[in-house]
Amino acid sequence: MAKPLLEVSDLSVDYPTDAADVHAVKEVSFTVEPGEFLGIVGESGCGKSTLLFGVGQLLSPPGEVVGGSVVFHGHDMVRLAGEELRSVRWRDYSVVMQSAMNALNPMKSIGAQFKDTLEAHRTMSDGEIEQRSAEVLRMVGIDPVHLASYPHQLSGGMRQRAMISMALLFTPQLVMMDEPTSALDVVAQRSLMSKIKELQETLGFAVIFVTHDMSVVSRYSDRVLVMYAGEIAEAASTEEIFERPRHPYTRALMSAIPSVRGPRRELLGIPGSPPDLAHPPTGCPFHPRCPDVMPECLSVDPPLYPVEDAEVRCLLYTEQAKEAV
Amino acid sequence: MPPTQNSRGRATEAAEPLLRTVDLTRHFRLGGMFSKQVLHAVDDFNIAIHEREIVALVGESGSGKSTVARLLAGEYRPTRGEIYYRGRSLRSLRSRKDLKAYRGEVPMVFQDPFSSFNPVFRISHGVRRNLALHRPELSRDQRRQEAERVFESVGLSARMLGRFPYEMSGGERQRVGFAQALAVRPKLILADEPVSMLDVSIRAGILNMMAGLREQEGVSILYITHDLASARYVADRVVVMYAGQVAESGPTEAVLGDPQHPYTQLLLSAVADPGEKESISGDTGEPPRVINPSEGCRFRWRCPYAIEKCAQVTPVLRPVGSSEVACHVAPVAPEKVTEPARMASISK
Repeated sequence: MAKPLLEVSDLSVDYPTDAADVHAVKEVSFTVEPGEFLGIVGESGCGKSTLLFGVGQLLSPPGEVVGGSVVFHGHDMVRLAGEELRSVRWRDYSVVMQSAMNALNPMKSIGAQFKDTLEAHRTMSDGEIEQRSAEVLRMVGIDPVHLASYPHQLSGGMRQRAMISMALLFTPQLVMMDEPTSALDVVAQRSLMSKIKELQETLGFAVIFVTHDMSVVSRYSDRVLVMYAGEIAEAASTEEIFERPRHPYTRALMSAIPSVRGPRRELLGIPGSPPDLAHPPTGCPFHPRCPDVMPECLSVDPPLYPVEDAEVRCLLYTEQAKEAV
Repeated sequence: MPPTQNSRGRATEAAEPLLRTVDLTRHFRLGGMFSKQVLHAVDDFNIAIHEREIVALVGESGSGKSTVARLLAGEYRPTRGEIYYRGRSLRSLRSRKDLKAYRGEVPMVFQDPFSSFNPVFRISHGVRRNLALHRPELSRDQRRQEAERVFESVGLSARMLGRFPYEMSGGERQRVGFAQALAVRPKLILADEPVSMLDVSIRAGILNMMAGLREQEGVSILYITHDLASARYVADRVVVMYAGQVAESGPTEAVLGDPQHPYTQLLLSAVADPGEKESISGDTGEPPRVINPSEGCRFRWRCPYAIEKCAQVTPVLRPVGSSEVACHVAPVAPEKVTEPARMASISK
């Protein structure tokens, strides 16, 4: 079997505070194959962005990786530093931030920002730089005349597209996206998603896509990780997750989405909020909000059980997991 | 059970609605003193909101939805047109007292629960201040009781009154926004994108709470959103806005179940339902620019059905089925073209 593009093993990220260490990501393991579209879903405060930053070596203090490894292209990223890391970052993998709309420098034209990025990694003539910049802008459907535009002259959707084209400057093998569409309107969101998918299929890069909205990933991702309280609650193929959601949290997330078609049904939402990770509840972190809570959930923190083609962190699946063995 | 929908519809339309607008228009002049650029944020906008009714105002960013909310709240003065509240024009409210009374009956809830509270005051501050300002007849004790009551009616516990904003989650803060509005015994709450900054899992709770407020407190709500699915969930009627004008309005199930205007169809085709896979439109969702607009339909550049007339005559609202639609081609498009063909023609 070919080696995965990215192999994350037991990655843990802490934010030390005076009172207590916040375990924002706890022993998360997953792999990304070349060209795969992986969705990571969860509510705010579930550690999805921290996970992405941990994988991309973009954590800023006090956040730090306290354990595990991130093997990308045979390098353990956690151990790379300084020049070595800089050379890989953005060239081999890139990141599109949540507030990409504000991530552009307001004082510089789009073209100047592209130039900075290109020059940081490669020696190129001005002509080559312009050619490449125009090329990537065209890829995302923006007219290259906007290389001379400043961010404020572009609409939100266009800025987001410009950010994505910047992430593609070096044709990376992996692009990580942190809620790139959540600030956009429906039509812009839909068009951006299909553009990302189209580029992914033609250029063949892998995508890690973080979102809180299940309906966004349903159509585009190959696999979905559902995160809760810094851990993977459920991992399965997109089809499996939507056809047979197993973890009560996954089911709750799905039942929170209103539909524009089909019958109107009551939305339950999820009562309460994600746990304070500085003081997580005992046992299963989801038990205070879980509709299927059992007495043992209060004391036992369940491991990830393999259930058919999925992995589920829930005591409901103890028996099924045993049978499978 | 999903929230019940008012089957009010046309039967009571003869009665004076709680609030209605007549050709409401708001323009903004752009640039310097001699600039001739005029942004048409809202043009000839007509809406009626009845008692105990939830009306959703739907559109993309830049469609003028928030300007409508500010006009209705009395924050902006209309360039032209009238707003009638219980049959009385807002222009006749001249005294401070009248305006205060109006603002108490028609309060606003804002989009961003993270920046709409003063971080140095306890969360009870807004509620208590509203009570002191708008209901001076209450004693100190009654004010405290009333604050507790409104907190409980939005699903918060009275204990939370002593908290600071940073101690509350986004969903809880948005509930506080509604509690502040409720404290003044409103008739109509203007809710400007109250859930768009919240996680999907939290939104359902706020939507259910809005439906509950209508049932228990008898308020009407103007729910401004770009999320059609949530509009369908809570609203009795939907008004779709494009470039400052009403594109289509009618009962929720009619507008979203059988959309007549090409813009409504585009919005609907952009909504992803979990699990469903199909191809999509090539529209990039660029917001309309309505600076010195010329005559003609403002949607014609994005419209797959545009005909010559669309560039010459601005369409006005006219009844099609049980909705009202501002489109020259409207009745033809959805009936003659079959479903897959319609999708294909939109995705060109």
